[in-house]
Amino acid sequence: MNDIVIKIEDAVVSYREDVALRGISLEVRAGEFIGIVGPNGAGKTTLLTVINGLGKLVRGKVSVLGHPVVPGNGHGLRKRVGYVAQVQNIDPRMPLNVREAALIGRYGRLGWLRMPQKKDWQIADRMLDLVGMTPLTRRPIGHLSGGEQQRVAIARCLAQEPELFLLDEPTASLDWRAKTDILELVKKIHDLRQLTTLFVTHDLSSLPLTCDRVILMKNGLIWKEGPPRQVLTDEHLSQLYGLPLSAVRQRRAEGVGV
Amino acid sequence: MEILGYQFMQNAILTGFLGGIACSVIGVFVVLLHMPFIGVCMSHAAFAGALLGLWLGFDPILGAFIFSLAAAAIVGPLADRGDLNPESSIGVIFSLMLGVAFLFIGLMPGTKSAALELFWGNILTNTQGDIILLGIVAAIIVILVVLFYKEIQATVFNRDIALAVGIPSALVLYGILFLTGAAITVSLRSIGGLLIFSLILNPAAAAYQLTYSLKRLFLLSAAFGVLSCWLGLVFSSLFNFPSGATIVIVSSLIFMVAAVFSPKRKVKGWRRKTDPEIIE
Repeated sequence: MNDIVIKIEDAVVSYREDVALRGISLEVRAGEFIGIVGPNGAGKTTLLTVINGLGKLVRGKVSVLGHPVVPGNGHGLRKRVGYVAQVQNIDPRMPLNVREAALIGRYGRLGWLRMPQKKDWQIADRMLDLVGMTPLTRRPIGHLSGGEQQRVAIARCLAQEPELFLLDEPTASLDWRAKTDILELVKKIHDLRQLTTLFVTHDLSSLPLTCDRVILMKNGLIWKEGPPRQVLTDEHLSQLYGLPLSAVRQRRAEGVGV
Repeated sequence: MEILGYQFMQNAILTGFLGGIACSVIGVFVVLLHMPFIGVCMSHAAFAGALLGLWLGFDPILGAFIFSLAAAAIVGPLADRGDLNPESSIGVIFSLMLGVAFLFIGLMPGTKSAALELFWGNILTNTQGDIILLGIVAAIIVILVVLFYKEIQATVFNRDIALAVGIPSALVLYGILFLTGAAITVSLRSIGGLLIFSLILNPAAAAYQLTYSLKRLFLLSAAFGVLSCWLGLVFSSLFNFPSGATIVIVSSLIFMVAAVFSPKRKVKGWRRKTDPEIIE
């Protein structure tokens, strides 16, 4: 369980004129559940894109699952890395049902010119069952609610049989009930499938309570990291979000996320 | 019925079949990738390229293909980058292409009848060579859709998701744009530069109203494309109308009927059908 599966050394990423990451170093061990928290524009999503090979490094080195991430090997890497983004706008008339949407997770692993076999459909069905979507498998994907869509996105991601599980604001724009359900599901899946999970959020109330480690990001840098109890203090959050300490205390006392 | 015995009519029927399939299968991509403006832009670029060929004396088909691919190379990255508002840039290129097309016509010496034919198209004047080329392109499009169905399905659903599961969605997108250029080029002479895009968009847009299955969408779209061409051909020979215009009007009527009777307008009915276990 102590194998290093992600190793980032001094990563710098910039888009046009903006520097998104300003020299980040991070090591993640197999089986860890890491929460990445920070305000909008802190570089959280960019950090995930560096891990799945979609971010373009200006400087630094990244190694994922024992392989260096260099231009050209991204597609091979992404077959082993599951990625769930926030709820997407899907055209309600999109000609794709829930079962087919989950099957897409198998496509990368299958490779060119190989059609999905019975086994692939069975895997997709199993994952839909795991996320509680079996009753809706024939429904067009565009007819789902935000919470249901995220369940399918998680099933698709699991159908990939990933070794890394990256979640980028998966509960953004969901209502309280759907948010709670998705957080419980993510934690259950992390434990059940023994994954290494990185969970990005700007909203503290969306952070699963049982993270092994929390990383606070600010201005493209890792600002603090450590066990949740040490890192998620009122003082740190006040500085991270630029809010008065009293406001942070009040909001946390009321159980509202920052 | 004796008209069917003429070689030109047999050629036209075959052209309608192959062109209908090539254009309307491409139309499915145009509809699902939400890129009708890119398609319009490429169609008019092809038209301008063909006119350049006519003016300078090289094969108009070659000019059309090069111009439509050049337009795809310019507008493709705009769509690929996911710019929030690529329409303005695409609009500029679209109007530029139309301007260039009219410029070439103006510069062309002598009679303009060949140029005007590229405007409206004429399915009755197709040669054996045109049909063979059309057949090759239609076959390539169908074979590639079958072979790369899953990559295409993932890419048209969501390019970011396709990329995240390890599918090179940019490559698939550019492949689709390349095929779009090829389909437009080989159908240009039959349908006409100003009308070709309707034959691409209308059958697919009609089929999109009727099904939630991608496979059925491809099949229905191809069927509507062929039906538009054949019915258009019938009306144009019965009433002596221009063939390209008649084909486009028929395809638009098919779309209107499909939109009126679309089951997708009744989402709850569909849910009762697909989720028998759910009591709503």
